[in-house]
Amino acid sequence: MRRRLVLLLAGAGLLALAVEAVRAVGALPGAGEVPHPYGSRAVAAAFDHATANAVMSVTLDQRGFDTLGEELILLAAAVGTVLLLRRLTAEAEADTPHSYGPEDVFEAVRLIGYLLLPVTLLVGGYIVVHGHLTPGGGFQGGTVLASGLFLAYLAADYRALDRLRPPGLFDTAEGLGAFAYVAIGVSGLLSGSGFLADWLPHGTLGHPLSAGTVPLLNVAIGVEVGAAFVLVVAKFLDQALLVPQDVPEEG
Amino acid sequence: MLSWLPYAVAGWIFLVGAYGLATSRHLVHTVVCLNVVQSSTYLLLLALGWTRDGTAPIFADIGRKRAVADPVVQAMTLTDIVVGAAVTALLLALTIQVAKRRGNLDPHRLRSLEQESEE
Repeated sequence: MRRRLVLLLAGAGLLALAVEAVRAVGALPGAGEVPHPYGSRAVAAAFDHATANAVMSVTLDQRGFDTLGEELILLAAAVGTVLLLRRLTAEAEADTPHSYGPEDVFEAVRLIGYLLLPVTLLVGGYIVVHGHLTPGGGFQGGTVLASGLFLAYLAADYRALDRLRPPGLFDTAEGLGAFAYVAIGVSGLLSGSGFLADWLPHGTLGHPLSAGTVPLLNVAIGVEVGAAFVLVVAKFLDQALLVPQDVPEEG
Repeated sequence: MLSWLPYAVAGWIFLVGAYGLATSRHLVHTVVCLNVVQSSTYLLLLALGWTRDGTAPIFADIGRKRAVADPVVQAMTLTDIVVGAAVTALLLALTIQVAKRRGNLDPHRLRSLEQESEE
C-alpha cells in the first residue's frame, strides 16, 4: 500500500517535472550557441594572473572562497564518516577470526598492482603540482594518490595496506591540508591584498612556477583530499574485513 | 541541429535516477540512484558551457583567441562532483549503521529510527 502511494506520488511529480523540463529546454538557446559573458571574463582574469588552466583559476583564484567552503564540506564529511564507522568497543572485543582481504586474487592482478603502485603515486603527484598548467589539480590528483595506496590492498592484503598508512599520519595530513588552505588565505590578508587573494608574483603563463598562490592551494587540497579518501575508504574496509558480521538477516 | 540533445539527455538521466529513487528496495541502490540524479547536473552544466568548435579552457598550448568552453561552469561541475563524493561517503556510512542496527536495508520496511520494522 505504502509502496503504491510512493510510486503514485513520484510518478505524478516526475511527470510534472518532465513537462516543465521540456518547456524549459524549448526556451533555452541551443547548446554551443550560448554566449558566455562570465566565461570570457574568467578567461581574461586567468590570463591576468598567468594561470594556464582557466578552470583552476576560477576554482582557486576567482572563486577561492567558495572552494574553501567546498573543502570544509569534504573535511566535515570525512570526519563524519570516520565517526560513523568507528569500531565500537563491543565490536573490537569480539575476537573472531577475520580475513585480511583478497586471498584469491589472480597473480596477474597482484603483479599489476605492484607495478602500478609507484606509477599511480607519481601520476597523482604530477596531477596535483601541474594543476595550474594542465587539466587536473588538487581534487583530481588527491583522488589518484589515494587510489594508488589502495592498489597495495589489491596487490597484497590488508596488513600491507596498514603498514603503508601508519595510524595518525593521515588524520594529521587531513587536518594540515585544510589548515594550509586557510593559512594561504590568511597570508593574502597579511600581504594587504585580501583573504585568498592571489598575491604572490604571477610569473609567466605556462611556466611551472606561475599563477601565484594557485599551485600552493592545489598542493594543500591534494594533501587534504588524498588523506580524506584514504581515511574514508580505510574505514569502509575496516567494516568489511575486521568487524564481525553477526547482523541478523531479518529485522 | 540537435542543439537540445544534451539538455534532453540530462533530463533523461535525472528522471531515470529519480525513478530509481522512488522504486528502490535497497538503501545502497538508493544511494547509487542519488548519484545518477546528480550526474545529470554535471551534464547540464557542461552542456551549458560548451561552445561550438571550442576546446578545453587550458591555455598552456593554445592561443588566447581560441574559442574555449566556459571555465566557470566547469569549475562548478568540479564542486558538484566533490560534494557528491562527500554526500555518497556519508550516506553509505549511514547505510552501514542502518544495516547493523536494523538488519534490514529495504527503505519501505524501515519506519522511524527507533521503532522496530514491521514484517
